[in-house]
Amino acid sequence: MAAIRTKPDHHTYTFPGFGSEKFPNLLLRGAGDLNNWHLKVYEQQHEGYVAMKAALKREPVAVIDEVKASGLRGRGGAGFPAGLKWSFMPKDTPERKFTRYLVCNGDEGEPGTFKDRVILEYNPHQLIEGMIIGGWAMQCAMGYVYIRGEFLWLIEKLEAAIQQARDAGYLGKNILGTGWDYDILVYRGAGAYICGEETALLNSLEGRRGEPRVKPPFPAAKGAFGQPTTVNNVETLAAVPPILRMGGAEYAKIGSPKNTGTRIFGVSGHVKRPGIYELPMGTPMNFLVEELCGGSSTGKKIKAIIPGGASCPMLDEKDFDVPMDFDNLKARGSMGGSGGLIVMDESVCMVQATLRLIKFYAHESCGQCTPCREGCNWLEMILYRIEHGEGRMEDLDLIASLTPRIGMRTLCPLGDAACGPVDSALQKFRHEFEHHITHKTCYAAGSRLLTSIGAH
Amino acid sequence: MNHPQPPETSNEPLAPGQRLPLSERKDFSPEAVAEIQAIMAKFPDKLAATLPALYIAQREFGFVSLSAMKAVAKTIGIPEGHVFGVATFYTMYQKRPVGKYHFAVCTNISCALRGAAQLLEKVCEKTGVKPGAGPSPDGMWSVEEVECLAGCGVAPCIQVNQDVYDELVDEQKLVEVMEACKRGDYRPWAE
Repeated sequence: MAAIRTKPDHHTYTFPGFGSEKFPNLLLRGAGDLNNWHLKVYEQQHEGYVAMKAALKREPVAVIDEVKASGLRGRGGAGFPAGLKWSFMPKDTPERKFTRYLVCNGDEGEPGTFKDRVILEYNPHQLIEGMIIGGWAMQCAMGYVYIRGEFLWLIEKLEAAIQQARDAGYLGKNILGTGWDYDILVYRGAGAYICGEETALLNSLEGRRGEPRVKPPFPAAKGAFGQPTTVNNVETLAAVPPILRMGGAEYAKIGSPKNTGTRIFGVSGHVKRPGIYELPMGTPMNFLVEELCGGSSTGKKIKAIIPGGASCPMLDEKDFDVPMDFDNLKARGSMGGSGGLIVMDESVCMVQATLRLIKFYAHESCGQCTPCREGCNWLEMILYRIEHGEGRMEDLDLIASLTPRIGMRTLCPLGDAACGPVDSALQKFRHEFEHHITHKTCYAAGSRLLTSIGAH
Repeated sequence: MNHPQPPETSNEPLAPGQRLPLSERKDFSPEAVAEIQAIMAKFPDKLAATLPALYIAQREFGFVSLSAMKAVAKTIGIPEGHVFGVATFYTMYQKRPVGKYHFAVCTNISCALRGAAQLLEKVCEKTGVKPGAGPSPDGMWSVEEVECLAGCGVAPCIQVNQDVYDELVDEQKLVEVMEACKRGDYRPWAE
């Protein structure tokens, strides 16, 4: 058997009251316990595979209806209703039979996001169960799990868990006497953020460069290997077994209207207790940051929070009370994203922070669409010269004129994602940029965010 | 006008006319060929074996050299250009030789807020190599600046070969990891 990591990690997974009715524990069952990934533990302690066995006795359409009733929205970033996405898959007709695929997106690359690894580390069987239920609901022939290459130990662990499920008869030929054949294959990515975009992921899965495809055709019509495919995030699929267990209507009672269920929030940056917190959707952001994470770790006031991974526009003080769900965050000019909160205190220089973010997008742009490839590089260069004291006032207008020419003009949302943090930083912390240009030094005297080393 | 240019710290660009290196080894071992053929059989299209085969090449050749890319193309039966395109697209295929212990330091925002920039400088100082500039003279170390390793909660985070260290890496922890590498406690690169 493959080498399974045995050393514990240092993340925080729980808080007082977690697991009660108010804060249900649906996704992080057994998090922190390294033996939890075994099939036996999952079946005995966490009602494992109960939902799958029940689902396989029902009609596939009934399973999709249950997920639709739950109101589950995709946890990858866009928040598209999962049940609706599943129902887009073409059904077999007497004239035409389809080979359908279910692809699980585990290419967790968004800076500030570290939720999928927790599910893969402690609860891989819940993902496998979700993938079997999803596969049954759409009558898929095969399930692929695409995991980023850095997670080698998690890939080995998931493969071991899949083998356990195979040995138990939950995967393979004629699963539980239904006459349905299904298996799951793990595919290792190789370090490209863009492969988190669904069509880029499909290209990568086919062994090509991870460049997003032109849509339409959407993956439901022509996806992996030219066949109808549905791509779901790890967290979305892991949320399916609890939905089937408790019933869609019951699940829909958790969270806020139209944003149902629980979500894993990963908090990083300047807080006392950074870590992974599973909370019902719509929980106010300051409750999470102040109460659960203990507020600022440096003693300085919190200046800005990125609410859902690096791609989301930043929020400043006046929006810290926002209920964290897709619709409320959108109303405040940001996004639900992937649920990774990055907390920055007063000492952070926003020019440096923005430059560090745009450097990431300039590096990770796949280079296919000109606005994103060139635009991100230019944004990086302009911000770099502001940071290095050679900026000019008109640079700020130049940035403002550049971002609308990148956003919405590319095949995939990476261009928009790159503009979000730049636009919001410039809008909310313009005085810091101006200070940088006029005084040639940082407005906030915190520690450096950028390395002084260059390769040349 | 002469503006300061942002540095590239993950890999040094090729000079005009310069090519990616070849390696002495030219072919896969028979076991590796069998492994790649087994992967090809698993997928509806043999092209899907490109990424896994490049990992196998990296293990066998030490890094993904031009010779390794050719061997992959030959084994799967696909154009060399396709393999070159894929290998150069993804950052986890090392196209140039790396040290026995390869340090990948995340300097993205969450890690940077907790001192990753200073950690990268520390790693470079202790190993004596610059990021993206190839292995140290004794072949022990190489350093690369990478993007998010998904260890944001306990940042800063580094990866040594295949092992991720996400336990608030500071100078002391870094020295411990390096000592353990010198003792040979960890799997060296490409093994």
